[in-house]
Amino acid sequence: MKAKNQRLVLALLALVALVGAVLLGMSALKDQASYFYSPSDAVRDHVELGRTVRLGGMVEKGSLRREPDGVTIDFRVTDGAATVTARYTGIVPDLFREGSGVVAEGRFTAPGRFAADTILAKHDENYKPPELAGNGMHETGSLKR
Amino acid sequence: MIAEAGLAALWIAAMLAALQAFLGLGSLKAGGEELLRAVRPVAVAQAVMTLGAFAALMWLFYSTDLSVELVAEDSASTVPTLYRIAGTWGNHEGSMLLWVTILAIAGAAVALLERRLPERTLAATIAAQGVIALGFFAFLLFSSNPFARLDIAPAEGNGFNPLLQDPGLAFHPPTLYVGYVGLSVAFSFAVGALLTRDVGPAFAKAMRPWVLGAWVFLTLGITAGSYWAYYELGWGGWWFWDPTENASLMPWLAATALLHSVTVLATRDGLRAWTVMLAVVAFSMSMVGTFLVRSGILTSVHAFALDPKRGAFILVLLALYIGGALALFGARIATVAEGNRFDPVSREGALVINNLLLSVILALVLIGTLYPLAAESMTGEKLSVGPPYFNATAGPLALILVAVMAAGPAMRWRRDEIVAVARRIAIPAALTVIALVAILLLAPGLRILPLLGLTLAAGVAAASVAPLWKRNLRRTPLFTWGMVMAHLGAAVSLAGMASESAFTKETLIAARPGETVSVGPYAIRFAAVDPVPGQNFTAVQATLIATRGSADPITLTPAQRTFDNPPQTTSESAIATRWDGQLYTVVGEPVPGGRWQLRLWWKPFVTLIWLGGALIAIGGALSLLGRSLPRRKVVAESTGFARFG
Repeated sequence: MKAKNQRLVLALLALVALVGAVLLGMSALKDQASYFYSPSDAVRDHVELGRTVRLGGMVEKGSLRREPDGVTIDFRVTDGAATVTARYTGIVPDLFREGSGVVAEGRFTAPGRFAADTILAKHDENYKPPELAGNGMHETGSLKR
Repeated sequence: MIAEAGLAALWIAAMLAALQAFLGLGSLKAGGEELLRAVRPVAVAQAVMTLGAFAALMWLFYSTDLSVELVAEDSASTVPTLYRIAGTWGNHEGSMLLWVTILAIAGAAVALLERRLPERTLAATIAAQGVIALGFFAFLLFSSNPFARLDIAPAEGNGFNPLLQDPGLAFHPPTLYVGYVGLSVAFSFAVGALLTRDVGPAFAKAMRPWVLGAWVFLTLGITAGSYWAYYELGWGGWWFWDPTENASLMPWLAATALLHSVTVLATRDGLRAWTVMLAVVAFSMSMVGTFLVRSGILTSVHAFALDPKRGAFILVLLALYIGGALALFGARIATVAEGNRFDPVSREGALVINNLLLSVILALVLIGTLYPLAAESMTGEKLSVGPPYFNATAGPLALILVAVMAAGPAMRWRRDEIVAVARRIAIPAALTVIALVAILLLAPGLRILPLLGLTLAAGVAAASVAPLWKRNLRRTPLFTWGMVMAHLGAAVSLAGMASESAFTKETLIAARPGETVSVGPYAIRFAAVDPVPGQNFTAVQATLIATRGSADPITLTPAQRTFDNPPQTTSESAIATRWDGQLYTVVGEPVPGGRWQLRLWWKPFVTLIWLGGALIAIGGALSLLGRSLPRRKVVAESTGFARFG
């Protein structure tokens, strides 16, 4: 093989690899990316049960209830229009409280019932999951970062 | 006075950067050689001025000068001394100043230390470094001035983000930044070599130590950041595929690819265009990362509206630098003399596969990180891309990459026979199979990724030390040791990740003081809960006494800290490290019945993750030593242009 031809082969190989990466990424994104739901979305779209998704909204006032085991909580997530009942076992982050915003990662176990594996905490004072920014929830502090 | 002096130093440094670019480019013209002599002191003076500005800001933070807006906003006199100092870079403006300071020092280091590069290429390189610095000086001065004064100084500052009040702050950001910004040298080298059309083994040998150095710091910074997040956030996880983390992983992937391709260029004069391209891509990824983290776009696309100037400014800089370098690449690369060809079955063949896989992983991480931003700005749809995407795409490819890593070092340069390679890696391959059988027998029911991870880790650990087999260890060159160490580190780290993912035991319970709970092999007595005062917080601290078999009991004291300025609670995990893993404990809220939430993990061999990272960095440092110790013969031999091409 001449040097020129080999360069061509290498360039093609790189191109194939990158196109492959983009295709692989896009197909995985199709499965994984539309992964954030508000309660209204969840009710409207009939999210596939058991699939890992994020649920974001407001913790409804007066909905927080603690199970006798001391580490499980039930609460309702609302966006004003629709409401989903969520259950979480674990230690909740400090900014989780009634009437404030929440993003929970987990899955729907039945329509309108959500089992959370993780309540997303903030990486730092000003971090908020992108889904919550801009709607006035979760406003804390004035520190820049 | 000090703030004004700092600002003045910054302006002078910016002008020196402009002068540096001008002199460097001017010296490329015929008869401009004289200018090159002037460019070195200019680069050094620029670094001294920037350092002065940085020291000024540090002093303002240390002495809590509240008339400076940044200090008032991000610090307070009650903040402990360490965090008043390290707090200098715990905010946007300060961290950008650190970024620019390191950039200027890197430029001065090139001007002072670089002796291997041909004069003209060096001049072009220093000019490129000046142009980069100029852009970021402009960013600081026009949209992120750290020295801005307040009309009226407040009585007390806003305080400092409690999550950042940890010794990790003193180490992680500076290390990471040295890595990020160190890659600018590779970028400038590439631009310089393109300007003078001088890409060859001499260029690669000159560039390699700089890439190695940046890569070592990047590795250390990422490893430290991962451990910091692991113990500070109290979630028990060590990597979250958070965009901020991806921003540091992407330059690392590119730099790792570059490190390997630059070796092909240095040794075999192959992959010329590709190596130059990677050098451009690596620092471009650093700038993309800086843009993602510093523009506020990560919080949301809306952050643009909050401070449109800043985000737009970095975006323009990005477009200028990356676009400019790529345009130069497109215009010049066809005129760079062709490199050597090579046999597919050879060391360089394996390194090409390494480079392809790293590039594909990089592309996947980049797509996953930018997709939500792109989707939101185009369709307004809010979505996020989380661990399932990254694990499903990057995970399998990383495993293939690790497998290639086992075979690569066993191959010869130029040309090899498949049978001979197979014979050389027969023992590690056999060990891999034995490991697979052993794991299947001892720990049945593992998921596929942890299973493959553990198996491959065993095989690769064996294969990575194979290059030392039957060698006189004392005469083995340092860079071979470096390669062995770094590859071993990757295997060690992989073993830790797989073990953590496969064998972690977790207990979550609400317990009363006096009760005993168990997690993994440990019985843990919940001895007491006490209030404990701290310098600028009050803590509620649990005392846990953990016993395993007849070993001495371990006392752990996880706590919840409540800061009042700013008002925020942080959870302080308590971790006990043993040779075979870590016991990780977190205390939560009080719940009715006099109980407290406790979250306990036993994480077997989790420490290997960061130990592996440290080994990789040590490997890089050894290579760096091995490559930069004087080896004049080799340098004299290569003149810069292809000997074969």
